[in-house]
Amino acid sequence: MAVTKEQVAYVSDLANLDLTPDERERMVKDLNAILDFVDQLNELDTTNVAPMAQVMAGAATESASGPGEGLPFAYSRRPDDPAARPSLPHEAALANSPVKDAHFFKVPKVIER
Amino acid sequence: MDAKDLNVLTVASTRTAIEQRQVTASAIAEAFYSKIETDDRDVRAYLTLCQDRARAQAARIDALADQGKPLPPLAGVPIAVKDVLSTQGIRTTAGSRILENYIPPYDCTAVRRLEEAGAVVLGKVNCDEFAMGSSNENSAFGPVRNPRDLSRVPGGSSGGSAASVAAGTAVASLGTDTGGSIRQPAALCGVVGLMPTYGRVSRFGLIAFASSLDKIGPFTKSVSDAAIVLKYMAGRDPMDSTSAAVPVPDYPQEIGRPVKGLRIGVPKEYFGEGLDAEVRSAVEASIQKLAAAGCEIKDISLPHTRYAIPTYYVVATAEASSNLARFDGVRYGYRSKDSKTLSAMYRKSRDEGFGAEVKRRIMLGTYALSAGYYDAYYLKAQRVRALIAKDFSDAFTQVDAIVTPTTPTPAFKLGEKTDDPLAMYLADIYTVTASLAGIPGISVPCGQSKEKLPIGLQVLGRHFDEATVLRVAHAVEHAQAAS
Repeated sequence: MAVTKEQVAYVSDLANLDLTPDERERMVKDLNAILDFVDQLNELDTTNVAPMAQVMAGAATESASGPGEGLPFAYSRRPDDPAARPSLPHEAALANSPVKDAHFFKVPKVIER
Repeated sequence: MDAKDLNVLTVASTRTAIEQRQVTASAIAEAFYSKIETDDRDVRAYLTLCQDRARAQAARIDALADQGKPLPPLAGVPIAVKDVLSTQGIRTTAGSRILENYIPPYDCTAVRRLEEAGAVVLGKVNCDEFAMGSSNENSAFGPVRNPRDLSRVPGGSSGGSAASVAAGTAVASLGTDTGGSIRQPAALCGVVGLMPTYGRVSRFGLIAFASSLDKIGPFTKSVSDAAIVLKYMAGRDPMDSTSAAVPVPDYPQEIGRPVKGLRIGVPKEYFGEGLDAEVRSAVEASIQKLAAAGCEIKDISLPHTRYAIPTYYVVATAEASSNLARFDGVRYGYRSKDSKTLSAMYRKSRDEGFGAEVKRRIMLGTYALSAGYYDAYYLKAQRVRALIAKDFSDAFTQVDAIVTPTTPTPAFKLGEKTDDPLAMYLADIYTVTASLAGIPGISVPCGQSKEKLPIGLQVLGRHFDEATVLRVAHAVEHAQAAS
Protein backbone atom coordinates (compact mmCIF):
# COMPACT_ATOMS: atom_id res chain seq x y z
CA MET A 1 0.00 0.00 0.00
CA ALA A 2 2.31 2.75 -1.22
CA VAL A 3 1.43 6.29 -0.18
CA THR A 4 1.14 8.66 -3.13
CA LYS A 5 1.54 12.43 -3.41
CA GLU A 6 -2.24 12.69 -3.78
CA GLN A 7 -2.79 10.78 -0.54
CA VAL A 8 -0.36 13.01 1.30
CA ALA A 9 -2.36 16.00 0.05
CA TYR A 10 -5.61 14.36 1.15
CA VAL A 11 -4.30 13.40 4.59
CA SER A 12 -2.70 16.81 5.22
CA ASP A 13 -6.10 18.28 4.44
CA LEU A 14 -7.72 16.02 7.06
CA ALA A 15 -5.01 16.98 9.56
CA ASN A 16 -5.36 20.72 8.96
CA LEU A 17 -1.80 21.04 7.74
CA ASP A 18 -0.78 22.71 4.47
CA LEU A 19 2.87 21.58 4.27
CA THR A 20 5.34 23.12 1.83
CA PRO A 21 6.13 21.31 -1.46
CA ASP A 22 9.42 20.14 0.10
CA GLU A 23 7.65 18.86 3.20
CA ARG A 24 5.15 16.98 1.05
CA GLU A 25 7.88 15.31 -0.93
CA ARG A 26 9.71 14.29 2.22
CA MET A 27 6.43 13.07 3.74
CA VAL A 28 5.78 10.70 0.81
CA LYS A 29 9.22 9.17 1.36
CA ASP A 30 9.00 8.96 5.16
CA LEU A 31 5.46 7.62 5.35
CA ASN A 32 6.28 4.92 2.82
CA ALA A 33 9.40 3.88 4.73
CA ILE A 34 7.51 3.72 8.04
CA LEU A 35 4.48 1.94 6.58
CA ASP A 36 6.70 -0.62 4.84
CA PHE A 37 8.08 -1.36 8.26
CA VAL A 38 4.57 -1.49 9.76
CA ASP A 39 3.51 -3.99 7.10
CA GLN A 40 5.32 -6.75 8.98
CA LEU A 41 2.32 -6.80 11.35
CA ASN A 42 0.55 -8.68 8.56
CA GLU A 43 2.77 -11.69 9.26
CA LEU A 44 0.56 -12.26 12.31
CA ASP A 45 -2.86 -13.88 12.14
CA THR A 46 -5.01 -11.76 14.44
CA THR A 47 -8.42 -13.00 13.29
CA ASN A 48 -9.41 -14.10 16.77
CA VAL A 49 -7.66 -11.37 18.74
CA ALA A 50 -9.76 -8.54 20.15
CA PRO A 51 -8.28 -5.07 19.64
CA MET A 52 -6.71 -3.59 22.77
CA ALA A 53 -7.76 0.04 22.87
CA GLN A 54 -6.60 0.72 26.41
CA VAL A 55 -4.82 -0.92 29.30
CA MET A 56 -7.34 -1.10 32.08
CA ALA A 57 -9.76 -3.75 30.84
CA GLY A 58 -6.93 -6.25 30.43
CA ALA A 59 -5.27 -5.51 33.73
CA ALA A 60 -8.38 -6.17 35.79
CA THR A 61 -8.45 -9.77 34.65
CA GLU A 62 -4.72 -10.35 34.78
CA SER A 63 -3.88 -13.89 35.71
CA ALA A 64 -1.64 -15.43 38.35
CA SER A 65 -1.03 -14.10 41.80
CA GLY A 66 -0.09 -10.64 40.59
CA PRO A 67 -0.99 -7.68 42.75
CA GLY A 68 -3.30 -6.49 39.93
CA GLU A 69 -5.78 -9.24 40.62
CA GLY A 70 -9.13 -8.44 42.13
CA LEU A 71 -8.30 -4.80 42.68
CA PRO A 72 -10.72 -2.08 41.68
CA PHE A 73 -9.50 -0.98 38.33
CA ALA A 74 -11.85 0.68 35.95
CA TYR A 75 -12.59 4.11 34.69
CA SER A 76 -14.09 5.98 37.57
CA ARG A 77 -17.16 8.09 37.24
CA ARG A 78 -18.31 11.05 39.24
CA PRO A 79 -21.69 12.70 39.60
CA ASP A 80 -22.26 15.43 37.05
CA ASP A 81 -22.36 18.24 39.57
CA PRO A 82 -20.86 21.48 38.28
CA ALA A 83 -21.11 23.09 41.71
CA ALA A 84 -18.78 20.47 43.18
CA ARG A 85 -16.05 21.36 40.71
CA PRO A 86 -16.19 24.86 39.31
CA SER A 87 -14.96 25.64 35.82
CA LEU A 88 -12.02 27.92 35.11
CA PRO A 89 -12.89 31.58 35.61
CA HIS A 90 -13.74 33.32 32.35
CA GLU A 91 -10.63 35.53 32.35
CA ALA A 92 -8.33 32.58 33.06
CA ALA A 93 -9.82 30.63 30.17
CA LEU A 94 -9.29 33.59 27.83
CA ALA A 95 -5.85 34.54 29.13
CA ASN A 96 -3.82 32.44 26.68
CA SER A 97 -5.83 33.28 23.58
CA PRO A 98 -3.72 35.06 20.95
CA VAL A 99 -6.68 37.21 19.79
CA LYS A 100 -9.71 37.96 21.96
CA ASP A 101 -11.97 40.67 23.31
CA ALA A 102 -13.32 40.96 26.85
CA HIS A 103 -15.67 38.01 26.42
CA PHE A 104 -14.78 35.88 23.43
CA PHE A 105 -12.03 34.25 21.41
CA LYS A 106 -11.74 36.09 18.10
CA VAL A 107 -11.16 34.26 14.83
CA PRO A 108 -11.19 35.19 11.12
CA LYS A 109 -14.49 35.13 9.33
CA VAL A 110 -16.04 31.67 9.23
CA ILE A 111 -18.71 32.33 6.60
CA GLU A 112 -17.86 34.22 3.42
CA ARG A 113 -20.55 36.46 1.98
CA MET B 1 26.71 24.99 50.80
CA ASP B 2 29.35 24.59 48.14
CA ALA B 3 28.94 22.78 44.85
CA LYS B 4 30.49 19.60 46.17
CA ASP B 5 27.86 19.24 48.89
CA LEU B 6 25.07 19.71 46.37
CA ASN B 7 26.13 16.61 44.47
CA VAL B 8 25.69 14.34 47.48
CA LEU B 9 22.18 15.57 48.32
CA THR B 10 19.52 12.92 47.83
CA VAL B 11 15.76 12.98 48.17
CA ALA B 12 16.15 11.31 51.54
CA SER B 13 19.06 13.37 52.88
CA THR B 14 17.78 16.84 51.95
CA ARG B 15 15.01 16.77 54.50
CA THR B 16 17.35 15.46 57.19
CA ALA B 17 19.90 18.20 56.49
CA ILE B 18 17.19 20.85 56.86
CA GLU B 19 15.64 19.22 59.90
CA GLN B 20 19.02 19.09 61.66
CA ARG B 21 19.53 22.77 60.77
CA GLN B 22 22.71 22.08 58.78
CA VAL B 23 21.26 24.12 55.96
CA THR B 24 18.04 25.89 55.02
CA ALA B 25 15.75 25.03 52.12
CA SER B 26 16.29 28.57 50.82
CA ALA B 27 20.06 28.16 50.82
CA ILE B 28 19.74 24.88 48.97
CA ALA B 29 17.48 26.45 46.33
CA GLU B 30 19.87 29.40 45.83
CA ALA B 31 22.86 27.07 45.63
CA PHE B 32 21.10 25.08 42.92
CA TYR B 33 20.29 28.22 40.93
CA SER B 34 23.98 29.15 41.06
CA LYS B 35 24.91 25.69 39.93
CA ILE B 36 22.39 25.85 37.07
CA GLU B 37 23.94 29.12 35.95
CA THR B 38 27.34 27.50 35.52
CA ASP B 39 26.68 23.82 34.93
CA ASP B 40 23.66 24.09 32.66
CA ARG B 41 25.36 26.42 30.20
CA ASP B 42 26.52 23.55 27.99
CA VAL B 43 23.99 20.86 28.94
CA ARG B 44 20.99 23.18 28.43
CA ALA B 45 18.47 21.09 30.34
CA TYR B 46 16.46 24.03 31.68
CA LEU B 47 14.07 26.05 29.54
CA THR B 48 12.43 28.15 32.26
CA LEU B 49 13.43 28.84 35.86
CA CYS B 50 10.75 29.66 38.42
CA GLN B 51 12.71 31.37 41.21
CA ASP B 52 9.72 33.10 42.77
CA ARG B 53 7.78 29.90 43.17
CA ALA B 54 10.85 28.03 44.43
CA ARG B 55 11.76 30.75 46.93
CA ALA B 56 8.21 30.92 48.30
CA GLN B 57 8.13 27.15 48.76
CA ALA B 58 11.60 27.08 50.36
CA ALA B 59 10.55 29.88 52.73
CA ARG B 60 7.52 27.84 53.81
CA ILE B 61 9.77 24.88 54.61
CA ASP B 62 12.23 27.08 56.50
CA ALA B 63 9.40 28.63 58.52
CA LEU B 64 8.33 25.16 59.62
CA ALA B 65 11.91 24.30 60.55
CA ASP B 66 12.26 27.58 62.47
CA GLN B 67 9.15 26.79 64.47
CA GLY B 68 10.40 23.28 65.18
CA LYS B 69 7.40 21.80 63.40
CA PRO B 70 7.59 18.45 61.61
CA LEU B 71 8.82 18.82 58.02
CA PRO B 72 6.97 17.24 55.09
CA PRO B 73 8.63 14.12 53.62
CA LEU B 74 10.20 15.85 50.59
CA ALA B 75 11.02 19.07 52.43
CA GLY B 76 13.33 21.26 50.36
CA VAL B 77 14.10 18.66 47.68
CA PRO B 78 14.98 20.62 44.52
CA ILE B 79 13.26 19.12 41.50
CA ALA B 80 13.06 19.81 37.76
CA VAL B 81 9.85 19.25 35.83
CA LYS B 82 9.53 18.17 32.21
CA ASP B 83 7.98 20.92 30.13
CA VAL B 84 4.95 18.85 29.14
CA LEU B 85 3.64 19.01 32.73
CA SER B 86 1.47 22.05 33.40
CA THR B 87 2.56 24.50 36.07
CA GLN B 88 0.17 27.28 36.98
CA GLY B 89 1.61 30.66 36.05
CA ILE B 90 4.86 29.11 34.78
CA ARG B 91 5.40 28.89 31.03
CA THR B 92 4.92 25.34 29.73
CA THR B 93 6.04 24.82 26.13
CA ALA B 94 6.02 21.05 25.50
CA GLY B 95 9.23 21.80 23.60
CA SER B 96 7.10 23.34 20.84
CA ARG B 97 7.00 26.68 19.08
CA ILE B 98 3.21 26.39 19.11
CA LEU B 99 3.19 26.66 22.95
CA GLU B 100 6.17 29.00 23.24
CA ASN B 101 4.21 31.52 25.33
CA TYR B 102 1.65 29.24 26.97
CA ILE B 103 1.01 29.90 30.68
CA PRO B 104 -1.13 27.11 32.17
CA PRO B 105 -4.04 28.19 34.38
CA TYR B 106 -3.68 25.11 36.62
CA ASP B 107 -1.12 22.68 38.04
CA CYS B 108 -0.45 19.12 37.02
CA THR B 109 -1.52 16.81 39.89
CA ALA B 110 1.84 15.02 40.04
CA VAL B 111 3.69 18.33 40.45
CA ARG B 112 1.17 19.61 42.97
CA ARG B 113 1.46 16.45 45.07
CA LEU B 114 5.25 16.69 45.19
CA GLU B 115 5.02 20.34 46.22
CA GLU B 116 2.50 19.45 48.89
CA ALA B 117 5.05 16.91 50.12
CA GLY B 118 7.60 19.74 50.38
CA ALA B 119 9.52 19.57 47.10
CA VAL B 120 10.87 22.79 45.57
CA VAL B 121 10.30 23.13 41.81
CA LEU B 122 13.38 24.87 40.37
CA GLY B 123 12.17 25.08 36.80
CA LYS B 124 10.96 23.42 33.64
CA VAL B 125 13.24 21.23 31.58
CA ASN B 126 13.59 20.63 27.87
CA CYS B 127 12.22 17.65 25.96
CA ASP B 128 11.44 16.52 22.46
CA GLU B 129 8.50 18.44 21.02
CA PHE B 130 5.30 17.02 22.54
CA ALA B 131 7.49 14.20 23.94
CA MET B 132 8.00 12.82 20.44
CA GLY B 133 11.57 11.68 20.05
CA SER B 134 14.40 9.62 21.48
CA SER B 135 17.26 12.15 21.53
CA ASN B 136 15.83 15.51 22.62
CA GLU B 137 16.85 16.85 19.21
CA ASN B 138 13.21 17.47 18.26
CA SER B 139 12.81 20.34 20.73
CA ALA B 140 12.00 23.69 19.13
CA PHE B 141 14.39 25.21 21.66
CA GLY B 142 17.45 23.22 20.68
CA PRO B 143 18.88 19.95 21.94
CA VAL B 144 19.97 19.01 25.45
CA ARG B 145 23.46 17.52 25.69
CA ASN B 146 24.45 14.46 27.66
CA PRO B 147 26.32 15.62 30.78
CA ARG B 148 28.53 12.53 30.58
CA ASP B 149 29.70 13.43 27.04
CA LEU B 150 28.58 16.73 25.54
CA SER B 151 28.93 15.43 21.96
CA ARG B 152 26.19 12.88 22.65
CA VAL B 153 22.42 12.97 23.10
CA PRO B 154 20.88 12.60 26.57
CA GLY B 155 18.15 10.42 25.08
CA GLY B 156 14.54 11.42 24.89
CA SER B 157 11.98 12.48 25.04
CA SER B 158 12.63 13.42 28.71
CA GLY B 159 16.20 14.50 27.89
CA GLY B 160 16.24 17.54 30.16
CA SER B 161 14.80 15.57 33.07
CA ALA B 162 17.53 12.91 32.80
CA ALA B 163 20.32 15.41 32.13
CA SER B 164 19.43 17.69 35.06
CA VAL B 165 19.69 14.81 37.55
CA ALA B 166 22.85 13.44 35.86
CA ALA B 167 24.47 16.89 35.94
CA GLY B 168 23.41 17.46 39.54
CA THR B 169 21.37 20.56 38.67
CA ALA B 170 18.36 18.88 40.32
CA VAL B 171 18.15 16.19 42.99
CA ALA B 172 15.20 14.57 41.23
CA SER B 173 13.01 15.34 38.25
CA LEU B 174 9.75 14.38 36.63
CA GLY B 175 9.47 13.03 33.13
CA THR B 176 6.91 11.24 31.01
CA ASP B 177 7.15 7.89 29.27
CA THR B 178 5.02 6.96 26.25
CA GLY B 179 7.33 4.49 24.51
CA GLY B 180 10.51 4.72 26.58
CA SER B 181 10.87 8.44 27.23
CA ILE B 182 11.83 7.99 30.90
CA ARG B 183 13.77 4.73 30.81
CA GLN B 184 15.81 5.39 27.64
CA PRO B 185 17.22 8.82 28.69
CA ALA B 186 17.82 7.48 32.22
CA ALA B 187 19.96 4.71 30.71
CA LEU B 188 21.84 7.11 28.41
CA CYS B 189 22.58 9.61 31.20
CA GLY B 190 23.37 7.06 33.93
CA VAL B 191 20.52 7.80 36.33
CA VAL B 192 17.47 5.92 37.61
CA GLY B 193 14.21 6.41 35.67
CA LEU B 194 10.92 4.84 36.68
CA MET B 195 7.83 4.41 34.51
CA PRO B 196 4.91 3.48 36.76
CA THR B 197 1.99 1.27 35.76
CA TYR B 198 -0.62 2.85 33.49
CA GLY B 199 -3.09 4.39 35.95
CA ARG B 200 -0.72 4.54 38.94
CA VAL B 201 0.01 8.27 38.70
CA SER B 202 -2.57 10.89 37.74
CA ARG B 203 -2.01 12.52 34.38
CA PHE B 204 -4.12 15.56 35.05
CA GLY B 205 -2.16 18.50 33.65
CA LEU B 206 0.02 16.42 31.34
CA ILE B 207 -0.07 17.76 27.78
CA ALA B 208 -1.28 14.59 26.09
CA PHE B 209 0.66 12.78 23.37
CA ALA B 210 -0.83 9.26 23.26
CA SER B 211 -3.43 8.84 25.96
CA SER B 212 -3.43 5.04 26.18
CA LEU B 213 0.36 5.09 26.69
CA ASP B 214 1.40 8.29 28.51
CA LYS B 215 2.71 7.95 32.08
CA ILE B 216 4.46 10.32 34.49
CA GLY B 217 7.42 9.12 36.53
CA PRO B 218 10.55 10.22 38.42
CA PHE B 219 14.24 10.45 37.60
CA THR B 220 16.58 10.14 40.57
CA LYS B 221 20.16 9.31 41.47
CA SER B 222 19.17 6.12 43.30
CA VAL B 223 16.43 3.51 43.39
CA SER B 224 15.50 4.39 46.96
CA ASP B 225 14.97 8.02 45.92
CA ALA B 226 12.71 6.85 43.08
CA ALA B 227 10.72 4.80 45.61
CA ILE B 228 10.24 7.88 47.80
CA VAL B 229 9.16 10.17 44.96
CA LEU B 230 6.72 7.60 43.57
CA LYS B 231 5.15 7.12 46.98
CA TYR B 232 4.17 10.79 47.14
CA MET B 233 2.89 11.18 43.60
CA ALA B 234 0.98 7.91 43.15
CA GLY B 235 -2.69 7.20 43.75
CA ARG B 236 -6.16 7.99 42.59
CA ASP B 237 -6.97 11.54 41.54
CA PRO B 238 -10.57 12.67 41.02
CA MET B 239 -9.29 14.93 38.21
CA ASP B 240 -8.12 11.95 36.12
CA SER B 241 -10.67 9.22 35.46
CA THR B 242 -7.88 6.93 34.21
CA SER B 243 -6.03 7.06 37.53
CA ALA B 244 -6.61 3.83 39.42
CA ALA B 245 -8.02 3.41 42.92
CA VAL B 246 -5.35 0.85 43.76
CA PRO B 247 -3.68 1.12 47.19
CA VAL B 248 -0.19 2.64 47.13
CA PRO B 249 2.36 0.52 49.02
CA ASP B 250 5.12 2.02 51.14
CA TYR B 251 7.74 1.68 48.39
CA PRO B 252 10.77 2.83 50.42
CA GLN B 253 10.05 0.07 52.89
CA GLU B 254 9.36 -2.53 50.18
CA ILE B 255 12.72 -2.11 48.46
CA GLY B 256 14.61 -3.20 51.55
CA ARG B 257 13.14 -6.70 51.38
CA PRO B 258 15.62 -9.33 50.17
CA VAL B 259 15.30 -10.53 46.57
CA LYS B 260 16.16 -14.11 47.49
CA GLY B 261 13.68 -16.50 45.92
CA LEU B 262 12.32 -14.02 43.37
CA ARG B 263 11.94 -15.54 39.92
CA ILE B 264 13.60 -13.32 37.29
CA GLY B 265 12.81 -13.83 33.60
CA VAL B 266 15.42 -13.13 30.94
CA PRO B 267 13.68 -12.86 27.54
CA LYS B 268 15.86 -14.11 24.69
CA GLU B 269 14.32 -11.61 22.25
CA TYR B 270 16.08 -8.75 24.04
CA PHE B 271 19.56 -10.21 23.59
CA GLY B 272 19.61 -10.75 19.83
CA GLU B 273 20.91 -8.90 16.81
CA GLY B 274 21.52 -5.18 17.27
CA LEU B 275 22.51 -5.38 20.93
CA ASP B 276 25.85 -3.71 21.60
CA ALA B 277 28.41 -6.16 23.01
CA GLU B 278 29.33 -3.97 25.98
CA VAL B 279 25.69 -3.43 26.89
CA ARG B 280 25.11 -7.16 26.69
CA SER B 281 28.01 -8.05 28.94
CA ALA B 282 27.11 -5.39 31.55
CA VAL B 283 23.50 -6.61 31.71
CA GLU B 284 24.55 -10.27 31.82
CA ALA B 285 26.99 -9.52 34.62
CA SER B 286 24.17 -7.92 36.62
CA ILE B 287 21.96 -10.94 36.03
CA GLN B 288 24.74 -13.12 37.45
CA LYS B 289 24.79 -10.93 40.53
CA LEU B 290 21.03 -11.30 40.95
CA ALA B 291 21.55 -15.06 40.78
CA ALA B 292 24.25 -14.76 43.42
CA ALA B 293 21.78 -12.82 45.59
CA GLY B 294 19.44 -15.80 45.47
CA CYS B 295 17.14 -14.94 42.57
CA GLU B 296 16.01 -17.78 40.39
CA ILE B 297 16.97 -16.83 36.80
CA LYS B 298 14.71 -18.26 34.10
CA ASP B 299 15.05 -18.05 30.33
CA ILE B 300 11.75 -16.89 28.91
CA SER B 301 10.33 -15.85 25.56
CA LEU B 302 8.22 -12.81 24.69
CA PRO B 303 7.54 -13.92 21.13
CA HIS B 304 5.86 -10.77 19.78
CA THR B 305 8.65 -8.38 20.82
CA ARG B 306 9.77 -7.63 17.26
CA TYR B 307 6.31 -6.33 16.40
CA ALA B 308 6.31 -3.74 19.18
CA ILE B 309 7.91 -0.82 17.31
CA PRO B 310 5.56 -1.01 14.29
CA THR B 311 2.59 -1.47 16.64
CA TYR B 312 3.65 1.47 18.74
CA TYR B 313 4.12 3.82 15.79
CA VAL B 314 0.59 3.17 14.59
CA VAL B 315 -1.15 3.33 17.98
CA ALA B 316 0.84 6.28 19.33
CA THR B 317 0.62 8.38 16.16
CA ALA B 318 -3.11 7.71 15.76
CA GLU B 319 -3.72 8.93 19.31
CA ALA B 320 -1.34 11.87 18.79
CA SER B 321 -3.12 13.01 15.63
CA SER B 322 -6.30 13.22 17.65
CA ASN B 323 -4.75 14.83 20.76
CA LEU B 324 -2.86 17.45 18.76
CA ALA B 325 -5.96 18.52 16.85
CA ARG B 326 -6.63 20.91 19.75
CA PHE B 327 -3.76 23.16 18.69
CA ASP B 328 -5.64 25.45 16.37
CA GLY B 329 -4.43 28.94 17.30
CA VAL B 330 -7.76 29.89 18.87
CA ARG B 331 -7.73 29.29 22.63
CA TYR B 332 -4.02 29.16 23.34
CA GLY B 333 -0.71 28.91 21.58
CA TYR B 334 0.74 30.33 18.42
CA ARG B 335 -1.50 31.92 15.78
CA SER B 336 -0.25 32.74 12.30
CA LYS B 337 -0.90 36.35 11.36
CA ASP B 338 -3.12 37.70 8.62
CA SER B 339 -5.08 34.65 7.55
CA LYS B 340 -8.26 35.60 5.74
CA THR B 341 -10.32 32.54 6.68
CA LEU B 342 -10.65 30.34 9.74
CA SER B 343 -9.47 27.29 7.84
CA ALA B 344 -6.35 29.07 6.53
CA MET B 345 -5.63 30.30 10.06
CA TYR B 346 -5.77 26.74 11.44
CA ARG B 347 -3.46 25.41 8.75
CA LYS B 348 -0.91 28.19 8.83
CA SER B 349 -0.76 28.18 12.62
CA ARG B 350 -0.15 24.43 12.71
CA ASP B 351 2.29 24.54 9.77
CA GLU B 352 4.37 27.24 11.41
CA GLY B 353 3.95 26.03 15.00
CA PHE B 354 4.77 22.31 14.73
CA GLY B 355 8.19 20.82 13.98
CA ALA B 356 9.01 18.15 11.40
CA GLU B 357 8.68 15.06 13.61
CA VAL B 358 5.37 16.20 15.07
CA LYS B 359 3.98 16.80 11.58
CA ARG B 360 5.26 13.41 10.47
CA ARG B 361 3.46 11.70 13.36
CA ILE B 362 0.24 13.68 12.87
CA MET B 363 0.29 12.66 9.21
CA LEU B 364 1.05 9.00 9.94
CA GLY B 365 -1.66 8.85 12.61
CA THR B 366 -4.22 10.62 10.46
CA TYR B 367 -3.45 8.23 7.62
CA ALA B 368 -3.79 5.18 9.89
CA LEU B 369 -7.19 6.42 11.08
CA SER B 370 -8.50 7.49 7.67
CA ALA B 371 -11.31 5.73 5.83
CA GLY B 372 -10.02 2.65 4.06
CA TYR B 373 -6.90 2.29 6.24
CA TYR B 374 -8.39 2.15 9.73
CA ASP B 375 -8.80 -1.63 9.75
CA ALA B 376 -5.52 -2.36 8.01
CA TYR B 377 -3.41 -0.20 10.31
CA TYR B 378 -5.11 1.03 13.45
CA LEU B 379 -7.23 -1.99 14.31
CA LYS B 380 -4.47 -4.36 13.23
CA ALA B 381 -2.00 -2.61 15.53
CA GLN B 382 -4.45 -2.76 18.43
CA ARG B 383 -4.84 -6.50 17.91
CA VAL B 384 -1.08 -7.01 17.89
CA ARG B 385 -0.90 -4.83 20.99
CA ALA B 386 -3.15 -7.37 22.71
CA LEU B 387 -0.70 -10.14 21.73
CA ILE B 388 2.24 -8.16 23.14
CA ALA B 389 0.36 -7.59 26.40
CA LYS B 390 -0.47 -11.30 26.54
CA ASP B 391 3.23 -12.18 26.14
CA PHE B 392 3.79 -10.37 29.42
CA SER B 393 0.80 -11.75 31.32
CA ASP B 394 1.85 -15.27 30.25
CA ALA B 395 5.42 -14.62 31.38
CA PHE B 396 4.28 -13.28 34.73
CA THR B 397 2.67 -16.64 35.54
CA GLN B 398 6.22 -18.03 35.68
CA VAL B 399 8.35 -15.11 36.86
CA ASP B 400 8.02 -12.18 39.25
CA ALA B 401 10.05 -9.70 37.23
CA ILE B 402 11.78 -9.46 33.86
CA VAL B 403 15.29 -8.10 33.29
CA THR B 404 16.56 -6.74 29.96
CA PRO B 405 18.90 -4.08 28.58
CA THR B 406 17.15 -0.68 28.54
CA THR B 407 18.62 0.34 25.20
CA PRO B 408 20.51 -1.49 22.44
CA THR B 409 23.48 0.92 22.64
CA PRO B 410 24.90 3.60 24.95
CA ALA B 411 24.28 7.27 24.09
CA PHE B 412 24.71 8.08 20.39
CA LYS B 413 26.15 11.27 18.88
CA LEU B 414 24.08 14.38 18.29
CA GLY B 415 22.89 14.35 14.67
CA GLU B 416 23.63 10.66 14.21
CA LYS B 417 20.02 9.59 13.65
CA THR B 418 18.23 12.84 12.83
CA ASP B 419 17.87 12.11 9.09
CA ASP B 420 16.42 8.66 9.52
CA PRO B 421 13.18 8.50 11.54
CA LEU B 422 13.14 4.69 11.55
CA ALA B 423 16.67 4.44 12.98
CA MET B 424 15.62 6.86 15.72
CA TYR B 425 12.47 4.83 16.46
CA LEU B 426 14.60 1.72 16.98
CA ALA B 427 16.33 3.37 19.97
CA ASP B 428 13.15 2.42 21.87
CA ILE B 429 13.09 -1.22 20.78
CA TYR B 430 13.40 -2.62 24.34
CA THR B 431 11.16 -0.07 26.02
CA VAL B 432 8.00 0.15 23.86
CA THR B 433 6.82 -3.34 24.75
CA ALA B 434 6.12 -2.48 28.40
CA SER B 435 4.53 0.81 27.34
CA LEU B 436 2.06 -1.05 25.13
CA ALA B 437 1.26 -3.55 27.91
CA GLY B 438 0.87 -0.80 30.53
CA ILE B 439 3.20 -2.53 33.00
CA PRO B 440 5.77 -0.71 35.17
CA GLY B 441 9.45 -0.53 34.29
CA ILE B 442 12.62 1.05 35.58
CA SER B 443 16.07 1.71 34.18
CA VAL B 444 18.94 1.45 36.63
CA PRO B 445 22.64 2.03 35.84
CA CYS B 446 24.52 -1.28 35.59
CA GLY B 447 27.93 -0.30 34.30
CA GLN B 448 29.66 1.71 31.64
CA SER B 449 31.26 1.24 28.26
CA LYS B 450 34.99 1.58 27.54
CA GLU B 451 34.22 5.15 26.49
CA LYS B 452 32.78 5.73 29.98
CA LEU B 453 29.21 5.94 28.70
CA PRO B 454 26.53 4.73 31.10
CA ILE B 455 24.66 1.47 30.48
CA GLY B 456 21.14 0.88 31.79
CA LEU B 457 19.39 -2.29 32.87
CA GLN B 458 15.61 -2.47 32.65
CA VAL B 459 13.39 -4.26 35.18
CA LEU B 460 9.74 -4.89 34.25
CA GLY B 461 6.97 -6.13 36.54
CA ARG B 462 3.30 -6.92 36.80
CA HIS B 463 0.63 -4.23 36.66
CA PHE B 464 0.79 -2.21 39.91
CA ASP B 465 3.78 -4.16 41.16
CA GLU B 466 6.25 -1.28 41.21
CA ALA B 467 7.35 -2.62 44.60
CA THR B 468 8.98 -5.71 43.05
CA VAL B 469 10.39 -3.69 40.15
CA LEU B 470 12.03 -1.28 42.61
CA ARG B 471 13.24 -4.11 44.80
CA VAL B 472 15.02 -5.89 41.94
CA ALA B 473 16.48 -2.59 40.67
CA HIS B 474 17.70 -1.85 44.19
CA ALA B 475 19.47 -5.22 44.28
CA VAL B 476 21.10 -4.49 40.90
CA GLU B 477 22.23 -1.10 42.15
CA HIS B 478 23.54 -2.59 45.38
CA ALA B 479 25.50 -5.29 43.54
CA GLN B 480 26.86 -2.64 41.16
CA ALA B 481 28.09 -0.46 44.01
CA ALA B 482 29.73 -3.46 45.68
CA SER B 483 31.65 -4.50 42.56
